[in-house]
Amino acid sequence: MPPLTSPETPPVLAAETRHAVSIVLNGKPRTGHAHPRLLLSDFLRHELGAHGTRVGCEHGVCGACTVRIDGVAARACLTLAVQADGRRIDTVEGLAEANEGRMTALQEAFRRHHALQCGFCTAGILMSLTDYLGRNPKPTEEELRDMLSGHLCRCTGYAGIVRAVMEVTGQTMKEVSHV
Amino acid sequence: MTATQTATQTVEIKGSPARGAEPVAAAAPFVGRAMPRVEDAALLTGVARYADDLPVKPGTLHAAILRSPHAHADLLGIDTAAALAVPGVAAVVTGEDAKRHASAFLVGIRAPMEHWCLAIDRVRHVGEPVAVVLADSRYLAEDALDRIEVRYRPLPPVTSIAQALEEGSEPLHPAVGSNLVNSRSFRYGDPEAAFARAARTVSVEVEYPRNSCTPMECFVVLADYDAAEDSYEVLSNFSGPFAVHPVMARALNVPGSRLRLKTPPHSGGSFGNKQAVFPYVVLMGLCARVAGRPVKWVEDRLEHLMAATSATARRMRIDAAVEPDGRVLALRMEQTEDCGAYLRAPEPASLYRNHGNLTGAYDIPNLALTNRIVVTNKTPTGLNRGFGGGQLYYGLERLMNRVAAELGLDPLDVIRRNLVAADAMPYRTASGGTLDSGDYRATLEQAVREGALDALMARRDALRAEGRLYGIGYAAVVEPSISNMGYITTVLTAEERRKAGPKNGAQATASVAVDPTGGVSVTVASAPQGQGHRTVLAQVVADVFGLRFEDIRVNTDLDTGKDAWSIASGNYSSRFAGAVAGAAQVAATRLRGRMAALVAAQLNCRADDVRFAGGKVFSDANPDNGLSFSRVAAAGHWSPGTLPDGQEAALRETAFWTPEPLKAPTDGDHINSSACYGFIFDFCGVEIDRTTGALRIDRYVTMHDAGRLLNPLLVEGQILGGFAHAVGTALYEEYAYGDDGRFLSGTFADYLVPTACEVPVPVILHRESPSPVTPLGAKGVGEGNCMSTPVCLANAVADALAGFSVDEPPSLPITPAKLAALIHPPEPPRPAPAAGMNEIPPPAAVKGGRGLTGEGSREVPATPEQVWAILLDPKELAALLPGCEALDLVGPNAYRAEVVVGIGPVRGRYTAEVALSDLDPPKALTLTGSGTSALGSGSGTGHVTLERTAGGTRVTYRYSASVGGKVAAVGGRMLDSASRLLIGQFFEKLVARAGGSAASDAHSARPPSLLARLLRILGLNR
Ligand code: FES
Ligand code: FES
Repeated sequence: MPPLTSPETPPVLAAETRHAVSIVLNGKPRTGHAHPRLLLSDFLRHELGAHGTRVGCEHGVCGACTVRIDGVAARACLTLAVQADGRRIDTVEGLAEANEGRMTALQEAFRRHHALQCGFCTAGILMSLTDYLGRNPKPTEEELRDMLSGHLCRCTGYAGIVRAVMEVTGQTMKEVSHV
Repeated sequence: MTATQTATQTVEIKGSPARGAEPVAAAAPFVGRAMPRVEDAALLTGVARYADDLPVKPGTLHAAILRSPHAHADLLGIDTAAALAVPGVAAVVTGEDAKRHASAFLVGIRAPMEHWCLAIDRVRHVGEPVAVVLADSRYLAEDALDRIEVRYRPLPPVTSIAQALEEGSEPLHPAVGSNLVNSRSFRYGDPEAAFARAARTVSVEVEYPRNSCTPMECFVVLADYDAAEDSYEVLSNFSGPFAVHPVMARALNVPGSRLRLKTPPHSGGSFGNKQAVFPYVVLMGLCARVAGRPVKWVEDRLEHLMAATSATARRMRIDAAVEPDGRVLALRMEQTEDCGAYLRAPEPASLYRNHGNLTGAYDIPNLALTNRIVVTNKTPTGLNRGFGGGQLYYGLERLMNRVAAELGLDPLDVIRRNLVAADAMPYRTASGGTLDSGDYRATLEQAVREGALDALMARRDALRAEGRLYGIGYAAVVEPSISNMGYITTVLTAEERRKAGPKNGAQATASVAVDPTGGVSVTVASAPQGQGHRTVLAQVVADVFGLRFEDIRVNTDLDTGKDAWSIASGNYSSRFAGAVAGAAQVAATRLRGRMAALVAAQLNCRADDVRFAGGKVFSDANPDNGLSFSRVAAAGHWSPGTLPDGQEAALRETAFWTPEPLKAPTDGDHINSSACYGFIFDFCGVEIDRTTGALRIDRYVTMHDAGRLLNPLLVEGQILGGFAHAVGTALYEEYAYGDDGRFLSGTFADYLVPTACEVPVPVILHRESPSPVTPLGAKGVGEGNCMSTPVCLANAVADALAGFSVDEPPSLPITPAKLAALIHPPEPPRPAPAAGMNEIPPPAAVKGGRGLTGEGSREVPATPEQVWAILLDPKELAALLPGCEALDLVGPNAYRAEVVVGIGPVRGRYTAEVALSDLDPPKALTLTGSGTSALGSGSGTGHVTLERTAGGTRVTYRYSASVGGKVAAVGGRMLDSASRLLIGQFFEKLVARAGGSAASDAHSARPPSLLARLLRILGLNR
């Protein structure tokens, strides 16, 4: 991914002013306004009304806010809206949209395997997985769990998530550590 | 898509978890099938609406809450003028407003304790709300928080159960006079005789820590006040119990009918925690009233971890009267519960929820019990998955394990010998519970067999032979569900209960309606938080009407102004499957009965012979001559005039269902605290790494008898989720506090929620003994592992450490550090301090977890007198203090300083009191400072000695400091280095000012910075 801060000196933005921020959100151009300190998560949710991205901690640990910035999974709560200006942002709402309005195989597998309960962590996990599986289409269970450790889910104990991903990648989950 | 296409089947409920999509015949009942959820499409595609996603009214103000940085302090005054002057701020609400428009919350015991939605004249825990800023945006509101000036007078904090029980501990609630706020003793059977008769007594003493299930979505409240009607309308992700609704209404000084409370369509988890939204419902209602505009508040994660709610900490001592074969004849229990700063509704429920099942799954007829409740300067406690069960069973199952250890018996045999026998069901426990169904012994044997315990034992032997630390643990518990509304009154004496009037039952409610097109809708007051209630209710009601799964539309958003609800409504006490789904079945069955009565004549049969199946309504005798369901449904709407005399149209039915066996406590304090009781038997194998102390769960088997399973897929999800919480409780999570009450786990980097790498997949086994109490035979299932798993793991750790002569495994959470400390011999003592340091007195000990100390010494080319003069000159001192913006003399050698300090992600303006003392010119002095800000408090002491040397003066210093509040809670990991840097800067500047070189701290000689090296290479610096 290109670095978020471009090599040339970034423009100095007045703190008190709302600046126009234009992004390509799930393939469609969208423009909103943001103070320089506004988080990308707040910009998406409250300025553009794209509520699918959730916020669970605002300090970069839980992963709920994960979106793709120019294709790469990133924490929207650790990104300023103005940093996203001119970038492509993909969120959970775009997954089915890009699949002719039907849920993707990964989303369907989540449903079949009860990989979500309250669903609050789900959008972030789906966005991380979409990026990750693009780069590593057949992760081992260990690799997958390692990647998932960037997300907190309080409901599922992760078993359904692991099972769902193993299934879409044509594998099966280890059920028990031994015997 | 039809039901047939979406349906999946339980592959096996015994053995492996359910999965896969096996089409089944549409005629098969939906109940009992692993149906994927109707909730998921919205959640997976991002269109689901949680509370923070719902539209707000125009003009809505955003709230930010100023919270106490002190664990315990008198609140002397609040100055809001500067905050009000911040552009965009509409109002600042304080305890004065609360006194004007609200009341204190009702408390569940008889003691003069007041808890308000905003602190009135004292703060009692870090994070207690002190003021609220209402502004045009959350960002602006948070800016203004820093402008509120609050004056506190710190009081000695009470930070442990032991301290709360001490005679002289500072009472949190002076009118109560003691931090022991309630104590009750109970006696069931004849415990004294049993102890006298028993071969021996085995005892255990344990303490259960504070932790919380912390849902991923924090609290959200949208409140509005209608002055014309004097009524409040609030939308919030409050989860119930709705017994708290009257508490909220009372606190807002309105009858319940004037507090209209709504819940959103989706909620991001609760696990009990969202019960604790209720004080904020009141607080934001108050704010809306004061501001005259709608108000929205979204809790952030720091607020949640610091001040939302917590499980109770409990100290427990149990003595058991035991026979040589391990039979337990009697228990003597002492439970002391830490409920935090306030006894917030529904506490002391955590302590009494298991009152009917205090003897667990065992046949122990004699019981003596003392329950004590203490208050401490910590977050008030509340509902949390497992609710009191984790605490109880930690003591009870450790005890059973100790019985085995002390008698030299197999722990599994001790469990077997004491389990309630199948032919004793329904079994009445000593304290009045009725264990409703199950064959505990057979269940245990099934688990041993299907879970392959013998293979696990062989594995333990093999690994131990290799010298590895491996242990096996067991736990057997009963999992109560559908609590009796009356159990909490067991805390009152029989006399007090008589005065208060009886409390009992557990009314669940559900409404089922048919519309003119034959669509069926179900409305319940169960406030789901992600469990899939809509799916299960569709299964239940589709079966009753013989319709397709997708013909049933379930609505779970609740509006107390319009929907049927009772004080027992809500999402708690595992009441959904047994009570709510049962109530829906009752309502649907009644409605079906009315429809049958309407069409019986038309079908030429008796109402009893009318059948509903496959979308048709027909007579049993003549299935081919039926009417479509929609036709029958439409009749009630379109042709009420054709109804037989005395018949009501069959349009809608609301059922209130309460389990029959739930009575108020008896005069002898017997109470059946829950309607049904599931049974769980777990065993596990763990390995402890000899070098690091890291614990690995090698195998975990959990066997559940939760009555009839309505949807095995969702049951499995509940077990897996509860298990993950329990792993967190057992091994990782703790709400940590410093000795001075500072909160130390304010981020998810400090409060360690287990990730996909830490949670193994347990083997889940089932047995179904339907409950005779609930309409569908189902019992609760989601909380059990929070009761059984922590102690099962602890028992396994005890087994693994058998060679180390430790009676008790380390307290929860069992961290690698605690285990390593037991495994490894103690470290050699620290080497003696360097020469020349001895004469400096050690600084006064700083209490608390985020304390830090340091020392150093430096030679400066100035006389001691010159250095002395610098230190005593206010102007010079101001220049030395890092971040000092102003320094005013307020007394002899005492100053008030304005200091701006940033640590990690937080930056704050402190008003600091700085004083010089122990002056021994020009040889020694002590510098003390303490400061507070919106971000927290800090204090420190430094001793400086000046020693004349040939080249000038040797300045030697030693300091200790501590930092609390938000800075400590979120910046903890950076605090040590940041503080060292700041203190280092002070002394560096002092040395530099006295003419010394800017050499670094004696004990942390740092390499020159990259910049310095670069400049040197370029020849720009020496
Ligand atoms: S909200 Fe961004 S990581 Fe938690
Ligand atoms: S599904 Fe609730 S947090 Fe993951």
